[in-house]
Amino acid sequence: MSCSYHIFAAVNGYFSTPEPPFVNMISYRSIAKTLILSAVLLLGSSFAMNLSAQDGKTLFSTNCAACHAVNKRSTGPALAGVEDRWPDKTKLHAWVKNSAAFLKTGDVYANNLYNEYNKTAMNLFPGLSDKDIDAILAYIKTVPAPGADKPAGSTAPVAEGDNSLLFGVLTLVLAVVALILLRVNSNLRKLSIERSGEETEAEIPFWKHKSYIAFIAVVLFIAGGYLTTKGAMGLGRSQNYQPVQPIYYSHKVHAGTNQINCLYCHGGAQEGKHSNIPSVNICMNCHMNINEYKGEKIYTEEGVEVDGTKEIQKLYKYAGFTVGKPFDASAAKPIEWTRIHNLPDHVYFNHSQHVKAGKVQCQTCHGDITKMDEVKQFADLSMGWCINCHRTTQVQFKDNGFYSIYEKFHQDLKSGKIDSTKGITVEKIGGTECQKCHY
Amino acid sequence: MEQKKIWQSFGELNQSEAFNKDVKDEFKEELTFVAEDDKSFLEAKAPRRDFLKYLGFSTAAAAAAASCEMPVRKSIPFANRPEEIVPGVSKYYATTYVQDGDVVAVLAKVRDGRPIKLEGNDLSPVTGGGTSARVQASVLDLYDTARLRFPTIDGKEVTFEAADMSIGDAIKGATGAVILTSTVTSITTKEVIAQFLAKFPGSRHVTYDAVSYSGILQANELTFGKKAIPSYMFQNAKAIVSLGADFLGTWLSPVEFAKQYANGKKINEQNPAMSKHIHFESVASLTGSNADEKFLHRPSETAAIAAALLSAVKGSEISIADKKLKEGIEKAAKSLIANKGAALVVSGSNDVNVQVIVNAINDAIGAYGVTIDWASTLNYRAGIDADFVKLVEDMNAGTVGALLIHGANPSYSWFAADKFNAGLKKVKTSISFNTKLDETSVLCKYVLPDHHFLESWGDAEGKSGYTSLIQPTINPLFKTRQWQDSLLKWSGAAADYSAFVKTYWSAKVGGETGWDKALQVGVINPSAALAAVKGSFNSSPVSAAISAATSGKKGGPVEIVLYEKIGIGAGQGASNPWLQELPDPITRATWDNYVVVSPKMAKELVKIDLNNNGQADAYEVNPPKPCVKVTVNGKSIELPVLIIPGTQENTIGIAVGYGRSENIGKAAAGVGKNAFIFAGLSGATVSFSADATVTATGEKYPVALTQTHSRYGTAQGNRTEVMKELSLAEYMANPKEILNDREEELKPYGGIEKYEGQGSMYPVYNRPGIKWGMSVDLNSCNGCGACVVACSAENNVAVVGKPEVLRGHEMHWLRIDRYYSGDMENPNVVFQPLMCQHCDNAPCENVCPVAATNHSTEGLNQMTYNRCIGTRYCANNCPYKVRRFNWADYTGADSFPDNQEGIVNDVVLNMNDDLTRMVLNPDVTVRSRGVIEKCSFCVQRLQEAKLTAKKDSRPLEDGDLKVACQQACPTHAITFGNANNKESAISKVRVDNPNRSFYVLEQLHVLPGVTYLAKVRNAEEEKEAKAGKTEEKKAEKA
Repeated sequence: MSCSYHIFAAVNGYFSTPEPPFVNMISYRSIAKTLILSAVLLLGSSFAMNLSAQDGKTLFSTNCAACHAVNKRSTGPALAGVEDRWPDKTKLHAWVKNSAAFLKTGDVYANNLYNEYNKTAMNLFPGLSDKDIDAILAYIKTVPAPGADKPAGSTAPVAEGDNSLLFGVLTLVLAVVALILLRVNSNLRKLSIERSGEETEAEIPFWKHKSYIAFIAVVLFIAGGYLTTKGAMGLGRSQNYQPVQPIYYSHKVHAGTNQINCLYCHGGAQEGKHSNIPSVNICMNCHMNINEYKGEKIYTEEGVEVDGTKEIQKLYKYAGFTVGKPFDASAAKPIEWTRIHNLPDHVYFNHSQHVKAGKVQCQTCHGDITKMDEVKQFADLSMGWCINCHRTTQVQFKDNGFYSIYEKFHQDLKSGKIDSTKGITVEKIGGTECQKCHY
Repeated sequence: MEQKKIWQSFGELNQSEAFNKDVKDEFKEELTFVAEDDKSFLEAKAPRRDFLKYLGFSTAAAAAAASCEMPVRKSIPFANRPEEIVPGVSKYYATTYVQDGDVVAVLAKVRDGRPIKLEGNDLSPVTGGGTSARVQASVLDLYDTARLRFPTIDGKEVTFEAADMSIGDAIKGATGAVILTSTVTSITTKEVIAQFLAKFPGSRHVTYDAVSYSGILQANELTFGKKAIPSYMFQNAKAIVSLGADFLGTWLSPVEFAKQYANGKKINEQNPAMSKHIHFESVASLTGSNADEKFLHRPSETAAIAAALLSAVKGSEISIADKKLKEGIEKAAKSLIANKGAALVVSGSNDVNVQVIVNAINDAIGAYGVTIDWASTLNYRAGIDADFVKLVEDMNAGTVGALLIHGANPSYSWFAADKFNAGLKKVKTSISFNTKLDETSVLCKYVLPDHHFLESWGDAEGKSGYTSLIQPTINPLFKTRQWQDSLLKWSGAAADYSAFVKTYWSAKVGGETGWDKALQVGVINPSAALAAVKGSFNSSPVSAAISAATSGKKGGPVEIVLYEKIGIGAGQGASNPWLQELPDPITRATWDNYVVVSPKMAKELVKIDLNNNGQADAYEVNPPKPCVKVTVNGKSIELPVLIIPGTQENTIGIAVGYGRSENIGKAAAGVGKNAFIFAGLSGATVSFSADATVTATGEKYPVALTQTHSRYGTAQGNRTEVMKELSLAEYMANPKEILNDREEELKPYGGIEKYEGQGSMYPVYNRPGIKWGMSVDLNSCNGCGACVVACSAENNVAVVGKPEVLRGHEMHWLRIDRYYSGDMENPNVVFQPLMCQHCDNAPCENVCPVAATNHSTEGLNQMTYNRCIGTRYCANNCPYKVRRFNWADYTGADSFPDNQEGIVNDVVLNMNDDLTRMVLNPDVTVRSRGVIEKCSFCVQRLQEAKLTAKKDSRPLEDGDLKVACQQACPTHAITFGNANNKESAISKVRVDNPNRSFYVLEQLHVLPGVTYLAKVRNAEEEKEAKAGKTEEKKAEKA
């Protein structure tokens, strides 16, 4: 039996490996980006930036910001000065990666901290490397204390801008010098040829010179390509989308100040695909009795003060409720909220998979919702963002009976073949394969 | 093993030039950008400049479309959410599919308030969770845009109150009111009718079935004193003889019988035993194709055969002129006698005398009390032809004052529709309760549309003692009312029908709690299985029946048989696009009816000799088929001809159910011709066969056949090796035949065991958790097509319409291939469902330039639509031809609004109507133009099942999931599950059936994920001789 398939199979065969390299698309893309970036840098427009601080900031906002602020106590302690409190950096690393395990070592400071925060366990971050943590720590240091006169903050961006300008000017100067030298060189050559008595060709002005045209075309092509790609990738994404809603509903007041559990209103998140927006009757469970707002002053994003009581009245209008009379749920009218988080039709996303089976915190994807008066889209909801999380997040491998069928992984974990701090990530059990989300 | 000659098409049998050319290409279309040989590229049909223009335009257009601002989307929650409803989570409600007399207990999958899929109800002992293509498709009827939306009087919209007032007055004065219905299986509806009849003295109820079973009912009245049909128990029969009864396809209760029949056909490899089924028929049917042995006869010989079988069973000599037929009858008799007490004879004839003779045979072979049970009767059909004939006469005589019609459509299906219509004009008050403005309703004064069954309350007792309840799964979409409510109202009852049903059943099942429980499970069964009842057979009418039956005149030179198609039935399925596009299992044709003729008749009639390569190719390759004019009793229609081996040479067949009014839906408009006009009265019953004259018209008409699509042939493996079939005798003699064959074939690669590793240069990959696998038992599969429609419903598979099927663009993810083996006149037929095989070493994956198709660790061959750029390399490289390309925007999913006009036809556009789209499964992407799609193993169900298990913190179990085709199958031919789990059903099937298991095109080392269990036919040795004959024929030609 001949194997005609295998001939071309050999060429493209790697696509059918169980852990297909195409899932690395994102990293390829970043390589490409870097390449283009360096090319652009070479060509004169400088995009100099502090990569590690940038990393630290990103890492902080994706991993820590849900529970920690730098200068303010939140779900967890304020992180400013954390390195002073934890003189031993290795301990700090261990704590961040796996706080539960570290608590078991009996470290006094850690246990006190744990007790101080009502035994709220810190999430595990096995995906963070020591370097990542250091980057986060570095970032924390750069954040100015509140009330301080922001001397660093006000000068830093200027300095950055100066730098790039400086590099730009330098490159330009060098380019002009190079051009002049080239001209000089060619003139000299022409002279020497004339001297030797040979005939010279008519000089081609440089704007008609093929090499120059080609050079400029390549530059334009690369720059244009870079901008187009970047723009195209951003299409359809709406990070930080923060529409005005029919009722000024403050998550900060409800979930933050009043500590209402997310799942009280969004119970669907643990049952099915959708994290449903609560129906009017759910609102009225509490608001039958809570008729006016007496909390801290609340403001819209534009800084206009909002009268909370008036907003509750708006709810009553939808609910068809008058204070003092019984509430009839059947008379209620639905509220037309503006949807913030939109996924394309070809993406299947199931909340219960993440909330119930994966035990992922709401804040991981929705940001620090307890601090948002008006909700905005925290993550960009891009595929790269999803995939990156699937690469680093561990499944409930030991706790969930479903995974008992992965006998080999269990053995490997026991024998140490699989790094137990990295554990079994979503990717490891196929969580980055196409048909986990697209079907 | 000496491969038997197995063929799908005539071209394949003859190895014709056109066939060999055709199988090389996946797609029929030429490449657009290729220049003709002698011309430069610029002069090509679409030269490079055009290409660049298109490219530039589409890039600009895409950019323009994409850079539009993000639309603002609203999220509107419930005002007051019902506690049990979670948005995005499906609920299943037990209800019942009812269509005229047909009853199948089902579960309706309700998603966010709308039913989107029907599944069989496992708790029903009658169907055992099976369904049919029609059941699967019926959910689409709910969202049919042609449904009547409000009551009318003389075509003008009125309210129900106004209609009630008007009718109330009219009915009071009317004398001789008649309720005309199709068979009513509901006990409570019968009560409601009884109340109405009591209220209006002189009124009566007439039952009319489009395809009548009057013959059986009356024969049983003569011989058993009961005008009823007993239960048949095919599972108890070791010998089955069918005289033209298509019990697996359309006869009485096919879902029930298919399940029973498959029981006798599933074999245990260690101790193989099968029932033996001998079939007599005139035109190839689904049941005949599944028979172990099949004999052909003329329709006019039916009675003679029955009589001969009776005398043969009693041990007398028989005199039948046709030698083959005589042998067949003797063989059948021998088999029946040998299995006395475990044998069964059924007949599809509507002749009372034939059915009396069949009863006598069954009595002689001890069928009563074993394979035929009088303990419960089958209530699917109850119409007596004479009653309806009398009604038509009364109407014409003007003695019918009011006619209330539900379910019946005689203006279409009665052979003398003119007479009925004339009578209807004389009826003062004519009221139709039909859901659509069908041929009869359009002639009625009052039209009060009924609910769809998914909006209704009710009950259905298809088999006495076994009731299935109907509950609404959605609020009525339109201003419709259950017809029982109308009757109750007019008879002055206070309660409405839903209360009526509840009161009636609460009293029987133990009050409110009992009712709730019954409604939850959906079925009410006898507490213990009923003991079989023999009944007392009265043999006195038999001799009269024999002489009456056999004295009939001889048939003419050409006879016609009218038959029902599995999807369309008597016309009920005609407006359903899913059913129209479901290829007929035998002819593989869609969207039409036609005249079925034998190869021999084709030679004379339309001058096509199938053994002549040129003629066979011309017939087979070109969609336009020659037309003939068929005349019966002075009425004639013109239809195209299809040549179907297995048809009696003097007989032609035409399917009923076509030529419906365009009022019932876009799908029915202009499709086929009405063949009911060829029926006629024979004695007191309607006969569906007659003498006919056929003449070629010289015209041609295109028929959308799918048989010649998706063919494949290369040196590495062509169709003949896809199918494995052997006789029981062969299997007994050498059970390891197939296994040894495989072993030998794979020997160079280390044999079956080591083939995966040694047959290829690729590494072997571990599947650490789940490895999905499927197995299809070809012994159980009868080709009914329920799975095909179920797949379309579950996976939002697009309907493409006839013009697109003609071009080979059908989208079905799962098709059922029909294979012939043996001689051309009366071949054996085997069906093989073929879907994506989810190869572990898939050739499609390697050639995708954008990695849109690739493999998962769970063994799924994944297809990612949003990554696909439509090169179609994968489809071209798939040896099974199961990948489908979206040639046009069938679903309206593209971002460009105008690219459907003039490209897809009305039926497809209608499928994109907002109402029809409510049937879509929200968990499955609706594909847009330009991408490939294919079977995903219902990945949405797999993911859901895994999630359920994860939420419960336990390993996945077999019971967690069924894929759509598996769920729909009435014979449980498909097993699916986690092959890594030793305890799963799929692992067990593979371990228990090592001898019959095979992979399709295993030698390619594509490592399919689907195993097939070879078809074993309980036929005798003669097979070899048949195969030999074909070889001879071929040698002659060469």
